[in-house]
Amino acid sequence: MEQNYPIKRIIDDTGMIVDASFEEQINEKLVKELYYNMQRIRTYDRKSINLQRQGRLGTYAPFEGQEAAQVGSALALQADDWVFPTYRDHGATLTFGKSMARTFLYWNGRVEGCIPPTGRNIFPPAVPIATQLPHAAGAAWAEKLKGTKNASIAYFGDGATSEGDFHEGLNFASVFKVPVVFFNQNNGYAISVPMEKQMNSATIAQKSVAYGIPGIRIDGNDCLAVYFETKKAFEHARNGHGPTLIEAVTWRKGAHTTADDPSKYRPDKQGENIVDPMVRMELFMKNYGYWDEKWIQEMTDKIIREVESAVEEMENFPAPNVEDVFDHVFAEMPAQLAEQKEAYLAHLERR
Amino acid sequence: MTQMKESNRENVKTSEMTMIQAINDGMRLLLEEDSRTIILGEDIGKNGGVFRATEGLQEQFGAHRVVDTPLSESGIIGTSIGLAVNGFKPIAEMQFLGFIYPAYEQIMTHVSRLRMRSMSRFTVPMVIRAPYGAGIRAPEIHSDSTESLFTHMPGIKVVCPSNPYDAKGLLIAAMEDPDPVLVLETMKNYRSKREEVPVGKYTVEIGKGKIVREGTDVTLIAWGAMISVAEKAAEQAQQHGISCEIIDLRTLYPIDRDIIAQSVQKTTRAVIIHEAHQTGGLGNDLVSIINDTAFLYLRAPIERVTGFDVPVPFFTLEEHYLPTPARVIEGIEKVVHF
Repeated sequence: MEQNYPIKRIIDDTGMIVDASFEEQINEKLVKELYYNMQRIRTYDRKSINLQRQGRLGTYAPFEGQEAAQVGSALALQADDWVFPTYRDHGATLTFGKSMARTFLYWNGRVEGCIPPTGRNIFPPAVPIATQLPHAAGAAWAEKLKGTKNASIAYFGDGATSEGDFHEGLNFASVFKVPVVFFNQNNGYAISVPMEKQMNSATIAQKSVAYGIPGIRIDGNDCLAVYFETKKAFEHARNGHGPTLIEAVTWRKGAHTTADDPSKYRPDKQGENIVDPMVRMELFMKNYGYWDEKWIQEMTDKIIREVESAVEEMENFPAPNVEDVFDHVFAEMPAQLAEQKEAYLAHLERR
Repeated sequence: MTQMKESNRENVKTSEMTMIQAINDGMRLLLEEDSRTIILGEDIGKNGGVFRATEGLQEQFGAHRVVDTPLSESGIIGTSIGLAVNGFKPIAEMQFLGFIYPAYEQIMTHVSRLRMRSMSRFTVPMVIRAPYGAGIRAPEIHSDSTESLFTHMPGIKVVCPSNPYDAKGLLIAAMEDPDPVLVLETMKNYRSKREEVPVGKYTVEIGKGKIVREGTDVTLIAWGAMISVAEKAAEQAQQHGISCEIIDLRTLYPIDRDIIAQSVQKTTRAVIIHEAHQTGGLGNDLVSIINDTAFLYLRAPIERVTGFDVPVPFFTLEEHYLPTPARVIEGIEKVVHF
């Protein structure tokens, strides 16, 4: 089965183009945009880990190693599309337009961190596994019924394919032929369980056969491959041909979360031979004359300033309001809840 | 669209309907008046639903609005979330409440919580309909009455009509509600009686119970199929000179505390009747409400006549599981002669 789903690559580990299919669409603007966004989310990610260690953020789920998969897919979206991320896809949502300060806030235990900017359809991250796949199918279904060209993307990991909602989401989407891209980041591990213990199938892409939809397997560390193949899947969706399952093979370099120690379950040196997606992009840029030291320096400085100012915004955000605990459960607060709220606020007053 | 209060029921055109016909009529109106209404469920389209709740609707409104879905409860609720958030108003049918559990995660974690998790940026105005309850000799697992699994969930309302008028009025109210509503429909009452139901649109307010029998000695609190059990018990009690007041709770969350408080303060005694299992059952919340609002009026401890803490038995034994008028009478006598 594996040979039926060869991993598609545009650039190899040395940064050389190995598939010229999209060559005429590769230009400086695109290459710089991809690299800039990868650098931006990596800086954010590393900053978050540091802040967590300093006690300035709560438990954090890092995504280092998956920058190409997240940036490449998110840049393939259009402004009115719907994004259904997991808790490890804030690299994708940041790229799609989620505020960085709000993203920090989410990891600092603030519900405000779930709110996307006006006009951006980004769902709060799915915390249970695979439940967002039917949501993505439903939102895409609505777009189809409205007759728009908008589509959904559902992000999920390798472990999610074992959940019932993976099947229910893909089945609904394929039966009703709705415009959704199921974007799997196969990063090797679901917390501690490796892919071979997660499933008996050699690939995730092959599961598409069961739904009669296209399934493609791409090198998730090749940002160009991710970008162009996701775009293709979106075109397929927007043209009324229904869902695609993409398996982006990547690697979670770090821990599951800052509360996890991968040395307990991952063999030493595992993944060491995987070329980092940013290194690969850098090699490519150098090979093809896109590398511009001055631009790199300016961009890096700009990102550091952005991240610092987002941290500042997060830390100066108005203190959480205890009334918010009660105020967003129903549009109109039921009497018993209003009573609980009132009694608790009175209790706080008395303290 | 004119809305009608219960008080002016007399002046409107009505038609005789069973509860299932009233529900069908309600859905037809909702499909007619709002193109965003979409009905999803198993066997609801071509087949018209296993109880015929959606009979004729696909024919009239098309397969894209009355949708035969895959056999996939989590998928039905999960995609309904996406539809609701993106501008549609889904009515999702669970074929039986006993089959809702695959969707429990979607309801608990997303349907009821999305408003809170997004500070009202994303809301899920959807209706979930589920036939529930024992007493119709259905195969096993089809007879659950697990309403308290849902009343325990913050962020979703739960209603449970006992008659055709309330069934249609609560369904329409549920669709007009900005938040998700679970409508529990007692299968036992689907065709048990006909009554005059307004042909147009009207609502029964969510969160309001109703006194269906006035009395002075004891308050019986029930809903769904247990209303007729309470009524039979009240008739028999009357023959022994005991006057029962019956509250049809109609909404199980948020509960109408005022109607309970007023009634129990007046009668000074209460018997709670539900077919759900006793432990963790809604009856315990009702005891708390009476404790909070009428404790000093009580002349006897509150009685609960409920299903037992056992799985609903296979149908040859289900009559032993369900509260009967005879068991309710015993409860009434216990509180009256305390």
